[in-house]
Amino acid sequence: MTGRTAYINARLIDPASGTDAPGGVLIEGNKILNWGPGLFNGGAPEDARIVDCQEYCLAPGLIDMRVHLPEPGGEHKESFESASAAAAAGGVTSIVCLPDADTPIDNISVLEFIARRARETNIVKIYAYGTITRNREGGELSEFGILSEAGALAFTDGDRALADALVMRRALSYAATFDLLIVQHPEEPRLARNGQMNEGEMATRLGLAGIPACAEVMMIERDLRLVELTGARYHAAHVSTAAAIDAIRQAKSRGLPVTCDTAPHYFTLNDSSVMDYRTFTKVSPPLRDEADRLAVIEGVRDGTIDVIASDHRPQDQDSKRLPFLQAETGIVGLETLLPLTLALHHDENIPLIDLVGRMTSAPARLLGMKEGRLEAGRPADFTIFDPDRKWTVRADMLQSKSKNTPFDDHPVKGMAMCTVVGGRHVHSLID
Amino acid sequence: MAETVPTENLQPPRRHILGMEGVPKEEIESLLDLSESYIEQNRQDDKKSSILRGRTLINVFFENSTRTRTSFELAGKRLGADVINMSVSSSAIKKGETLIDTAMTLNAMHPDVLTVRHGDSGAVQLLSEKVTCSVLNAGDGSHEHPTQALLDALTIRRRKHSLEGLTVAICGDITHSRVARSNIYLLNTMGAHVRLVAPKTLLPAAIDKFGVEIHHRMEDGICDADIIMMLRLQTERMQGSYVPSTREYFRFFGLDRKKLAVAKPDALIMHPGPMNRGIEIDSELADDIHRSVIHEQVEMGVAVRMACLDIVTRNLSRNTNGSGA
Repeated sequence: MTGRTAYINARLIDPASGTDAPGGVLIEGNKILNWGPGLFNGGAPEDARIVDCQEYCLAPGLIDMRVHLPEPGGEHKESFESASAAAAAGGVTSIVCLPDADTPIDNISVLEFIARRARETNIVKIYAYGTITRNREGGELSEFGILSEAGALAFTDGDRALADALVMRRALSYAATFDLLIVQHPEEPRLARNGQMNEGEMATRLGLAGIPACAEVMMIERDLRLVELTGARYHAAHVSTAAAIDAIRQAKSRGLPVTCDTAPHYFTLNDSSVMDYRTFTKVSPPLRDEADRLAVIEGVRDGTIDVIASDHRPQDQDSKRLPFLQAETGIVGLETLLPLTLALHHDENIPLIDLVGRMTSAPARLLGMKEGRLEAGRPADFTIFDPDRKWTVRADMLQSKSKNTPFDDHPVKGMAMCTVVGGRHVHSLID
Repeated sequence: MAETVPTENLQPPRRHILGMEGVPKEEIESLLDLSESYIEQNRQDDKKSSILRGRTLINVFFENSTRTRTSFELAGKRLGADVINMSVSSSAIKKGETLIDTAMTLNAMHPDVLTVRHGDSGAVQLLSEKVTCSVLNAGDGSHEHPTQALLDALTIRRRKHSLEGLTVAICGDITHSRVARSNIYLLNTMGAHVRLVAPKTLLPAAIDKFGVEIHHRMEDGICDADIIMMLRLQTERMQGSYVPSTREYFRFFGLDRKKLAVAKPDALIMHPGPMNRGIEIDSELADDIHRSVIHEQVEMGVAVRMACLDIVTRNLSRNTNGSGA
């Protein structure tokens, strides 16, 4: 054997090159050797192992750019192993860890810890952000240069908004020095203070303090002024409101280096799902109203929303089986990212290649990753999926240690059939 | 006496009373009818009956309360139940035991009814999902306080004979008020016309979708009203956060004789208590026996809670018999 594998009989979907055609991929070791429509028309190389893709889609491996991985300290909620298994099952080949309260990634040792645990686990690729400010306190800047050399792909304070305009200005200016990306949790924290869910009729009915939708856009509008001032690359995380998407759409049309992402729950659910105090629907930012949900879909359709990421945030029973006010925020999303996103193809007629791009080439481009496209010499990371396979999400069947999904019993369409990371099959239903 | 009151309207039999949202008119009517019978019992020298003999009622209060807890305690005792009061201070909760742990622990003691007050919206419902007994909501966060709405309805019905067609002005901190929410649901169901009067800081989002008329001037809101319900303004919300000062609040939203003059001449004044005299209501007006029914509300409270205990335990027996058959 030469260590070559031929993936034949696939529907190739490579958003970076605009390819959606029958074809195949030849890999050697952990790299792509050749690929393309009609690649094996003359037959696959005789010395290669053959994997028949059965006409399923073969796309670059999904990159989930927003994952909370609560190690160290929160292993009972999720470990590197369980998160990796969840990713593999969901067709995700690379995850990017967010800093949070347990793990403020503000020094090299934390990045090295993540890199070591990723090597030990060795299932999917695990990357990380660095924090914008030390201990995510919103005051002093982290060492962007050193952290970036140590592997931090971009900088964010996770689910904490950088509220101080002067600190944000300096963070953007300093990041621009190294051409680094700043990722903001766009929510005006003083306006959102004590808020438990989206402000509106449901919040009033439930007697829960609301967060007005404008808390999102006002932070983005402020930041856009600072982007104009500094020229830095800026990314608004998990946008959820029509107003925020409009603001970003306009900024893009003015040529500002601005991008954003959203998570599947923001285009799948609205705030009526919170009814009966379902704490599995408690997320930050909160689920918005129906008009906002529809605006998120339009943002994905027209490209204003560059990336779809799961915002995977595992929480155990003890963090969720509480009165709504006391419950933690978060939804596990690694295993539902692909099918919930594909619903936008099935139900909303968004082209498949566009949706795949939001989870592959787009995050790779923003974060400067070598993954995310099919090309000779690139890592042999891909996801083979059946876009039409029907199944039902079962919380207790999830690979994640935590089962906090509001999509239990939710019928979906689209399944990862084989997840290939560096040439290894880390999940497979086809061979 | 109580046995003569028809309860066939309570279908399906309700195990818990958690809120007034969605409770049909017939069910409210029959609860009020049953309450009437207990008013008489409470006015006798011998106030005690034995309908709940052998039953255990636990009052679980995660939030301080004197009057509501006492009212439930008396209601239980007058029906012959064994009543235990449990105050769970928030500091004890912070030591680790979760609400669900507390619920399971209490449930293991085989109470028949828990009356629960909690500072968090939805907490009483959450607790009710984990126990096998009946649960009466004695107030959860800013969500609901169903027995308060029922006792208000009983008070109004006795004075005005019917709730239908009455104009009821609810004035004050609507945003944080569970009393307001329960009353809005109940009064709308019963065909009353509900007005809310408050500064915009104390009105929650989308409240106009609740079938109410919104006013920001007291004089407009209580004009020709039959009933004026004043709400308590929490101390921590008086000084600068939601309203600039207590004197400014009283000036514009407190009920005094001058403002009252625009209401109907026989308009009744209500307050769930405890009152902030001179803040939401003029002290002398609160004591005016011709206008204020505040003490009557307290009396009705015991009767209404007896009716609620009676109904849910009847349903308990029915369910138990059903499952045993």
